[in-house]
Parts: sequence; C-alpha cells; structure tokens
Amino acid sequence: MSDQVNLTIDGVELSVPNGTLVVDAAKMIENPIPVFCYHPKMAPVGMCRMCLVEIGLPVRDRNSGEPVLNDDGTPQVSFRGLQTACTVQVSEGMVVRTTTEVVTKAREDVIEFLLTSHPLDCPICDKGGECPLQNLTMEHGKGTSRMDYSLKMKLDKHVPLGELIYLDRERCIQCGRCVRFQEEIVDDPVIRFHNRGRSLEIVTMSDPGFDSYWSGNTTDICPVGALTTADFRFGARPWELTPVATLSPHCPSGANMTFSTRREAKSGGRSVIKRIMPRQNEPVNEIWISDRDRFVHHFADAPDRLKKPLMRKNGQLVEVEWGEALDAVAGKLQQSGTAVAGLSGDRVSNEDMFLFQKLFRQGLKSHNIDLANRRLAGGDVVAKVGISQGSNLLNLGQGDAIVVIASDLHEEVPVWWLRVKQAAQRGAELVILNLRPTRLDECSRNVIHYQPGQAIATLRQLVNDAKVAAADADNSPIKAAADVIMQANNVVAFYGAEGLTYAETDAVARLLANLLLIKNEEAYAGRPNNGLIPVWPHNNTQGAWDMGIHPALEPGYKPAAKPGMRANEVYAAAQTGALKALFLLAADPIGDGLMAGRGQLDFLVVQELFLTETAAQADVVLPAQSWAEREGTFTSGERRVQRYYPAIQPVGEARPDWQILAQIGERVGLEKPAFAASLVFRDLAKAVPQYKGMDYRALARVEKQWPDVGGDDLYYGGNAYENRVGLGMQWPAAAESGAVDHFEVADVDSELPGKVVVVRTAALFTPGTLINHTELLQARMAQPTLIIQAADAAKLQLAQGEKVMVEVAGRGVETAVRLSEDTPEGVALLRGVPYQAGLTELKVMG
Amino acid sequence: MIGELIKGMATTLKHMFRDPVTIQYPDIKRPPRTRFKGRHELKRYDNGLERCIGCSLCAAACPADAIFVEASENTDEQRFSPGERYASTYEINMLRCIFCGYCEDACPTQAIVLENKYELSFYDRASAIYTKEMLIVDVPVNGNPTPQAVEPGTFDKPIPDMEDPR
Ligand code: SF4
Ligand code: SF4
Ligand code: SF4
Ligand code: FES
Repeated sequence: MSDQVNLTIDGVELSVPNGTLVVDAAKMIENPIPVFCYHPKMAPVGMCRMCLVEIGLPVRDRNSGEPVLNDDGTPQVSFRGLQTACTVQVSEGMVVRTTTEVVTKAREDVIEFLLTSHPLDCPICDKGGECPLQNLTMEHGKGTSRMDYSLKMKLDKHVPLGELIYLDRERCIQCGRCVRFQEEIVDDPVIRFHNRGRSLEIVTMSDPGFDSYWSGNTTDICPVGALTTADFRFGARPWELTPVATLSPHCPSGANMTFSTRREAKSGGRSVIKRIMPRQNEPVNEIWISDRDRFVHHFADAPDRLKKPLMRKNGQLVEVEWGEALDAVAGKLQQSGTAVAGLSGDRVSNEDMFLFQKLFRQGLKSHNIDLANRRLAGGDVVAKVGISQGSNLLNLGQGDAIVVIASDLHEEVPVWWLRVKQAAQRGAELVILNLRPTRLDECSRNVIHYQPGQAIATLRQLVNDAKVAAADADNSPIKAAADVIMQANNVVAFYGAEGLTYAETDAVARLLANLLLIKNEEAYAGRPNNGLIPVWPHNNTQGAWDMGIHPALEPGYKPAAKPGMRANEVYAAAQTGALKALFLLAADPIGDGLMAGRGQLDFLVVQELFLTETAAQADVVLPAQSWAEREGTFTSGERRVQRYYPAIQPVGEARPDWQILAQIGERVGLEKPAFAASLVFRDLAKAVPQYKGMDYRALARVEKQWPDVGGDDLYYGGNAYENRVGLGMQWPAAAESGAVDHFEVADVDSELPGKVVVVRTAALFTPGTLINHTELLQARMAQPTLIIQAADAAKLQLAQGEKVMVEVAGRGVETAVRLSEDTPEGVALLRGVPYQAGLTELKVMG
Repeated sequence: MIGELIKGMATTLKHMFRDPVTIQYPDIKRPPRTRFKGRHELKRYDNGLERCIGCSLCAAACPADAIFVEASENTDEQRFSPGERYASTYEINMLRCIFCGYCEDACPTQAIVLENKYELSFYDRASAIYTKEMLIVDVPVNGNPTPQAVEPGTFDKPIPDMEDPR
C-alpha cells in the first residue's frame, strides 16, 4: 500500500499520509473541523462529539472488490451517519462532508449541550478572547439560549489545585485534555476525573497539590477558562497583552516562550510581564514548557533588583553615577596589569560573553578568563560530534537509540526528558548509565547502574563492547546495551555530570564521541538526528564555550597561545594575593561556596541583578538588565542560536551587560561601544567561524510548523503562541563536513573517598540567584534532603526525618534524612543543596 | 432692492422682541437633553457595591482607546462588587474620549453611564485622566461604602445578574 491516501473533503481532493486523522487532514486544507477534546499532540478519545462530520466510503463489489460505479462513472459512496472526525483515520476514496445540514445541526446541538451548564463568565473569564468554546459558540452555536440561567449548576469557582493552578469547576467542559496531558504526555497522573455527569470534577491526588513540573501546560491546552495559573488570575484580558518572544533563562534546551506584557498602574505605568506561555518550536520544545520557565520571570520585577551602580566609599557601598563607576573599574583593572581575571556565569548572552572575553584578551591582555562554576566538560568535543544540524528529537523512534549517562534529565532539563521519553514510547531504545535509578529508567530496557566511581570504566567497557561483533561476546547487560547502540539507525547521546568531577566528564564526552565515531565512514556523528548533547547546567553554557569563555580556548574554539588561569586557580590566587583584580559577570562564587571570601584581592567588581553575597563584598557593583529588558542570543545544548527580545523597560538605571562591558572596553582602549546588540552579534559571527552566516535577521526566520497550534486559531486558540519571530539556527558540528578523528581519552582515576559517598543530585527547583527572587515558586523549592538506604542509615545512626548537618562544598547544610531503598549501597544522595562536583565523603557535622 | 432691505430690517425687528436664544452661561445653565452624553459615571447598586466588575469590555469597545482598566479579585472581607472581580484601577482619558457611548453599550453590568456633566476643563494633560475615585458616584443613602465585609456565600455569582442584557 502506498503511504499517501486520497480523499475528498467538501469537494476538495487531497492526498495525505496514511494514518492521518480526518480532523488533521481537514486542517491541512484549512477547512477546520471544530474540536474540544482532540489535541494534535495527544491520542484522540472522541469524548466531546464536537467534531461530528459525515464520512462516506466507496462501495466495493463483494465478489470482485472493485469499486462500484454510479451511472456517470463516479464511484458510489455510502454514508453511514455522523462520525467523529478526530477518531477516524483517512482511507482511500473517503468522502467527508462538513457543511451539510445534519452536520451543522449536530454542531449546534453539541454547543448547546455544553452550554447547558456553562456559566456566563466570559466578561471576567481569563480565557475570554482566546477561548475555543467562546470562538466555536460564535461560529457554530445557535445564538440564543433555551436555558434558564437560574437553573444552572452552581459549583466552586475558586479551587486551588496546588499553589500554582486554580480550577473553576463551572467552566470545565470535561474534555479531559488536562488529565490526558498529565497521564499521556508527561506521565505525572496527579489529576483525574472524580464523580460523574454534572458533578464530575477535576481533582488532584498529590500532596502538594498538582505536583508536576508541567502543571502550567494544562492551563494552555484547557479549551476553556477552567484552569488558570495563580499569577495570571484576573491579571488582564488576553487581547490587551503584547506578546514578546523570549527564551528560557535557565534551560539548556533553549525552550521558546512568549512574554505577555501590559502596562500596569500598580507599577507606576511600567510594562510588566503578566504571564509566560510557550511559543511553538517543534525541534526545540514543541509547545511545552516546564513550570520553572513559566513562573520564574517574577524575579525580573523583584523589588530588590539593583538600580544604580554602587561603589565602596569608606567601607560602605554607596550609589554613584555610571561614569564614576565605569572609570573606577577601567582604571583599577588597568592598574592591576595582568594580575586580573574575569569569571562569567553561564546565563548571560553570547554578546555579553564575547565582549567580556574581548575586554580581557584584547583590552587587558590577560587570558585569565573562565566560567565561574565549570561543571561539565566537552564543549570542544561537542563542536566536533555534537548533534547534527537539522536534527529533531521528534524524529527519533523505532530503530533508533538514545544514550543517557550521568544525568537525571527529568530534574535537569525536563524538556529533554519529555522528548526522550516520548521517543522511547515511539519505539526508540534507551541506554541509561547512571549511578542510581532515575525517572527515565522506566522507559528503558537497558539500564545500567554502575558502582560509585565506575562511570568511566563502565562507559569504556560499553565502547569496547560496541567495537566487537554482536555474537561473539558474553551476554552482559553492557554488551547488550552496546549491541542496541550499534544496531540502531540513529544514535543521540546525552551526558551529564552527576557524581563526576570535571575531568571525568571530559572523559565521558570523549568516550561517547568515540562511540559515535566507531563506524568510521558510516559514523553516527555528522548525520542528522545523531550526535552528542551535553546536559549543560545553564541556558547558555554552550554559548560560553563558543564565545571563548575558557582560559585555553578563544572564540570559535581556537586554542589560546598562552592559556590563562582556570576558575579554581583564580579563586586560590585571590586568597594568596597573586591576583589583584577580579571581575565577576553574573556569578556569585562566594554564595556558591567556591571562593572563601575576597581574600587578598585589591579590587573586586561584580556585574549582577541582585546584591548577592559576592556583590556585597565588592568594590564596585554594576547593575545589569535582566533578560526580559534587553535583547540578545542564547545557544542551546543542541547548538541552536536563538534570539530573545526586550519586553519591559529597564529597572532603574540598569544597563545591558554587553553595553557595560563595551563601555569599560572603550576606557581601556578598545573601540567605541556598538549601538545595538545586533552589531555586537555581527562582530562575534565574524570571530566565531561556526556562526558564519548568522545575523539577527537570519535568526528571526520562521517557517510554517505542523501541527498548526496557537496564534489566532479558532480552535487551538490560547494553546501556545505561533512562532513569528524566529526558530533560530543550529551551527554545524565538524563531523558534518568531514571525518573527525577518534578522541584520546585520559585515564582518570577514581578513588572512593569514603565508605559512604555523597552524590549531589539535581532538582529542577534548586535555589539560585534568579529563582530565589521568585516568590511564587518558593513553596516548590527542593528542600535539602539526604537520601540513603536503611542499612547504610542504620550504620551511621541516622533515622528517617532526622535533621543532620552535612558538609556540602565546604559548608554545613542542614538536611532532612530520607530513607529510600532506591539508593544504592554506600551512596548518599544530596538533593536541594548547592552544587558540588564528583563524589565526596559523607561528613555529618556536630 | 429697497424691498429686500425692508424684508431684512423686518426680520431684525421681529427678533428684537423675541426671547434671546443665548443664555448667560455660567450663571444660567440649560438642562441637558435626556439622551445627552456627558462625562461618564461609574454606578453603584443600592447597597453601595460597585457595579463595575473590571471586565475591560468598555476599553475594548472604545474607538479612541481612552479607557484603562485593571482588575483584582474580590474577597468576602474586602468586597467591592458583587461578582468575582472588580476594577482596582479605572481611568478614562477625557482628552481622548469622543463621547460616543460605546462603552455604555459594551458594559455587561450597566456600570458605566455617560451622564449629564459636560464641564470638563483641565490645565494639563495629566489631569484629563479621570480616575475611578473621580468617576464613581456617591454611596446611596442606605448603602455602605466599598470595600465591604460581607457574610461568606452572599454573593456566589461570578457576575451579578444582568438586567436586560440586550
Ligand atoms: S471558558 Fe470561554 S465560554 Fe466559558 S466563560 Fe470563559 S471565555 Fe466564556
Ligand atoms: S479542566 Fe479544562 S482541560 Fe480539564 S477537563 Fe475541564 S475543560 Fe478539559
Ligand atoms: S465599566 Fe462595565 S464594561 Fe467597563 S470594566 Fe466595568 S463592568 Fe466592564
Ligand atoms: S470528539 Fe472529536 S474532538 Fe471531541
């Protein structure tokens, strides 16, 4: 049978792929069939009956199987009443009628039925204006009501399902999209239907309520105003909002989002961010965003943002004018000769990072430039064998393999977790190598839990086994996993840093690269839908590598002639006095426990949004604009360079990071500052060969995406924003244009530090400079927890729920003990605590 | 020509004995017509609660973009209007308003009415913006000012009953 099927919808002939649903086929020719319960991202259920149409099939002769023809030679079609277009797949010769009287009447009736117990809330409903029920009532409803308003069902209208999502029971039309989303898409079945008929309601079964990282998405796909987010409740009418495209400020997946802004009287007429919704980008995050991305933006308007430059005078930080502060910074940096260093956080934009390294390399002739908190190595490896251009995790399925090592994707990058999980559901094989069970394990048939300290050895074994032919080896799980990988059509490999030191992650990256290169000429690396994806800790760690925020690599991965000091050397030098001046861009090493204090530093300058612990000790504090106030680009872990746009006015006198850096640059003898971020990008695209051909205009290009969800659409309205301002561009990995050599892998020894080793694990809601200023999310923050086996706990005399002080990154943190048999023997997991690399000994204090 | 002159003078003469059309404004004021559209007022119910539910439909209907509404949620301890939400900010820029009355038509609760006041003058642009305090009518004799504390469950409709929703 061919893959295409021919059918006729309202007289229009079309040909669509086999298996397409009638409702989607009609959508493709812009003849939308109204729906409520159907959603193109979910399996159809046929619950609401809104999509009823007449479907006819060609009559075939019983004996010959040939189509029976009418007298005029056209095939005879038999119609069998109304059918739901969302559950019927197209078939050859099908005829669909959507405009007949029966269909019109059916639609009218379904609308009338839904409205029998629907409140007349539209004037105050948060969905009003982008509400599919409202839209479809206008389009297909009768226009008059036969119902007596006073007879309508009265139900609770203010039901918090947890502190983030509210339910209005009267407005729910029982389409089940929310329940199905939680179950089918994100596998967090924490809400469900309760009772039946008119008293049916959505209830949450978790404690805390609606305990899912994805809860906000249900408010988007709910076709009515039944589910709303706590922060947008009665916030504004949808038509009053200005959409501004943006990106996740945390997530290396580069999730596309849209700010909805409006001027607000309470804020003195400033534009404020009223809500964040997903923006469709099928290769990146489709139409889903995690709750951290959706709610974290409140930090941008936090009252304690820095508003003016601060300078230390007589021991006190006092407000000064920009000119004075910049002169002081430039002067001090120059006086310090080459005993200067610059450390950057990995959340600032490519433009900021480019100018930062330029200020040091060219302005101050110093190579002491690094990320303040370097956790994961392998940027240089990724540049060669990273996931190829044109890849889309949505394309992975049957016959493909995905490797995940040393990472808990669900906690680190939920969007990738979701897409990997869905690939597995489509048939892709997952190979998971971790120290402990993670959520992804349930989707995988090849889970390998290595012993603490054995990550490299296990991976090395896997790579060696992969080189051996399938049959002639023992049948260890590792060999089985290796076979799965070698038999796959496409291989994508994720690697993280859980329980690994920086040097170990480098070995992991190289070993995985070698795995992707095994087949030499037909290596996986370099082909679409293949390659390496690092689970970077932040949204723009990739950009930091590309821009040369590295003591030994200049922009574009050019090796530096004379490598500078690494971050930990910088911190040490600050204590001994070997370093005179330190510039911190969006980093808080003192708060993160990386630097003991300002030590013997002569001069410390911090460029930040908030007065962090480090900033409080600085000599000059420069107030930077948050990502909501300015434009720039981030590069995702899939090396997709994407733009974000300014949404709100700057807070106080804060300036964009790149501008501040350029103004300091000018004072130390570099050229005049550029007028706009786009010009900085033009310069950096010249300096970074990988970014060749990119500019702000190219990054803003869009193309039509399928499914057609969002925008002004009548029946998926309010689901997501259409992407009108840029899908971004991926830069090519070296393997795409030529063979790449296998990597040398250094031996990293892995001594176990103690009997019980501590592994710091990630949690989505972990304290950080930005999220700490988002009040709404405080209740969701991961509490410091020590998770350990009962047997190990008994040996250490720890009891469930007990509070103990443990040492994390050199500091005492009070954690609650939780016993869990999922934890391997001899391992204690620390969750909700500051970052610490590798394995350490469990030190219970006092 | 003489004839025409006489005709003209006759008209003048006739008008000399008529009541004048002009009046001595502002000492004397003419009562506005019943359908006159003057400055807006935000109305209250008899119990003093505000009619406006902060739905912003007036702002949406306004062809001059003169209205700005911001809503907040009512509670039974702090109740401004009988429904779920009320206008915490309500502003009309009288310099922009063209007194077309579309806002009246759009309002689901008949909260905004173009009334009889027509004396609108300001020294600067900022004072042309009429705030909720300036627009809202006085509390009726038997009513209470807002916000009111009410018994829970007294007002259980998201929107108060609509009279003649046309
Ligand atoms: S859900 Fe839609 S139809 Fe129902 S009250 Fe809200 S806007 Fe109106
Ligand atoms: S809450 Fe919304 S999405 Fe969930 S069943 Fe009701 S109408 Fe559907
Ligand atoms: S005056 Fe009427 S239309 Fe305007 S916000 Fe208030 S209730 Fe809505
Ligand atoms: S039954 Fe088809 S959309 Fe609900």
